[in-house]
Amino acid sequence: MTAMTGRSAGGHVVIAGAGMAGLRAAERLRAAGWDGAVTVFGAEPHLPYNRPPLSKELLAGAVGAGGVREAHAATAFRRRANIDDVVWEPGARIVRACLAAGTVTLEDGREVGCDGLVVATGLRPRRLRAPGTHPARHVLRTVEDAVALRDRLRPGARAVVVGGGFVGCEVAATARGAGCEVTVVEPMPEPMGLVLGPELGRSLRRHHEERGVRFRVGRTVTELAPDAVVLDDGSEEPADLVVESIGSLPNVEWLDGNGLDLSDGVLCDGLLRAEGRPGVVAVGDVARFPNPRYDGVPRRVEHWCVPADTARRAAATLAAQLRGEDPAAAGDAPFAPVPSFWSDQFGLRVQSFGAPGLGDRCELVEGDLRRAASGIAMVYHRDGRPVGVVLAGIPASRHRPYRDLVAGAPAPV
Amino acid sequence: MRVVVDLATCQDHGQCAIAAPEAFRINDAGALEYDGSPGEEHREHVEEAADVCPVQAITIED
Repeated sequence: MTAMTGRSAGGHVVIAGAGMAGLRAAERLRAAGWDGAVTVFGAEPHLPYNRPPLSKELLAGAVGAGGVREAHAATAFRRRANIDDVVWEPGARIVRACLAAGTVTLEDGREVGCDGLVVATGLRPRRLRAPGTHPARHVLRTVEDAVALRDRLRPGARAVVVGGGFVGCEVAATARGAGCEVTVVEPMPEPMGLVLGPELGRSLRRHHEERGVRFRVGRTVTELAPDAVVLDDGSEEPADLVVESIGSLPNVEWLDGNGLDLSDGVLCDGLLRAEGRPGVVAVGDVARFPNPRYDGVPRRVEHWCVPADTARRAAATLAAQLRGEDPAAAGDAPFAPVPSFWSDQFGLRVQSFGAPGLGDRCELVEGDLRRAASGIAMVYHRDGRPVGVVLAGIPASRHRPYRDLVAGAPAPV
Repeated sequence: MRVVVDLATCQDHGQCAIAAPEAFRINDAGALEYDGSPGEEHREHVEEAADVCPVQAITIED
C-alpha cells in the first residue's frame, strides 16, 4: 500500500490542475478565509501561464522568442502574496480519485488525502480523426505546442488550419502574418458562426480573405496525405503543416467511478458544487454550470474570464463547506457572471460581452459588415431581450455602454 | 498602494477600467490612463483589475 500524505489537522484542499483556474482557485480560497493546507497538482511541467498569447503574440514571435523556457517566462502569471504558503507540484498529474475515501492518486503512484477537492483540470485538444498520416500535425493548447508550431511558420509554408473557430482563425491570421500560405477548412457555412452568427462570421471571413487567407467552408477533412489533406468533396489542399483546431475535450477521466455526471465536463450546481458530492467543486472550462442570467441550462464556457469568475464562487462554496457553514450564504448568490471574451485577428480586436451564441436574432447597430476594420457592433437578442454584444474594431473607451446593455439584472428563470 | 502598468505590454483592452474605474480609464483616444497610487480602499477592485488584464500588464507593488 502506498503511503498517504497530505491530510493535516486543519484540513487539506487539493487543487487538481495548475493552469489559470487552479491559480485563481488558490487565491480565492485564501481570500475566502481558508487557511488550511492547499496543494496544487498540475499535469504540465510549468507553473500557471496565460494561454491567449499562444495563438497571437507568442506564435508570432513578438514575445517569448527562444525555447519553451523563454516562452513560459513571457506568459507566466504573477502570483498574489496571499498564496505564498500554497504548495505547487507541476508535472504531477492526478490519474485517479476516490472521493468516498477522500484521496487522489498521482501518476507516480503517490496517494494524497484531501478534505476538499477543486477540479481545475481544464481541456485538451480534440484530435482530427481521419485515415492516413501527415508528418506535421499540430495542435495548440500548451506553451510547448505554441513553440513547436511557431518554428514551422516560415514564409511560403503551406498551412492548413482545420477548424474555423476563434483559435483557428487567430492561428490563420498569425500564420499569414508570418508569410505562410494559409487555408482554413470549416464545416459550417462561415467561420466562428456558432458564436457570431452567419452575418458577422461572413464579415470576418472577408476581413481574412482580403489579407490572403483562403477558406474552404462547408467542408470537412476526410483523409490525410503526406503533403496534403483530402476534403469531403474529393479535392486536395496542399499542406506542409496541418493545425487541428476542432475544439477541446474536458480532462475528467481521472474522476470516473465516483458517481459524478462527467458527460461534458463536471456537472455543477449554481454554487459550483459537483452534483452529488460534498467537498468537491469545479472551476474553469471543465465546469458545467447554470447561469441564471440566461436560463437554468448548465454549460461549459471556454472563455478566458471563466476561471476567475468560477474560482471566486467555488472557493466561497468550498471554504464554507469545510467550516461546516451553508455555502449558499457565502459569496455571490445567485452566481450569474457576465461572460466576455476577445480575439485578435489581423490587428482587428473582436470583443464580446454576454452570450451572443444564445441569441435567436442579431441586429447590426453600428458599422458596415463589408468593412469590419472600420468598426462593427452587433447585438444578439433572445426572446426579445439583448443577451450578447460583439464589437469589432471599436475602441475600449466605447465598450462600456454596450457591456451595460447586456449586463443588467438576470431574467427570472 | 502603488500600481504600475507596463504600457509596452498594454493593448488597451479596457478590462481594468471595468473592474476598477476608480483607478483606470480608457480615454477618448482609446488609450489607458491610470492612477499609480490609488487609495487603499480600492485595493480589492485594483487587484481584480490586475487579474482580469488579458495581457497581465498590471503590477501592484505594495
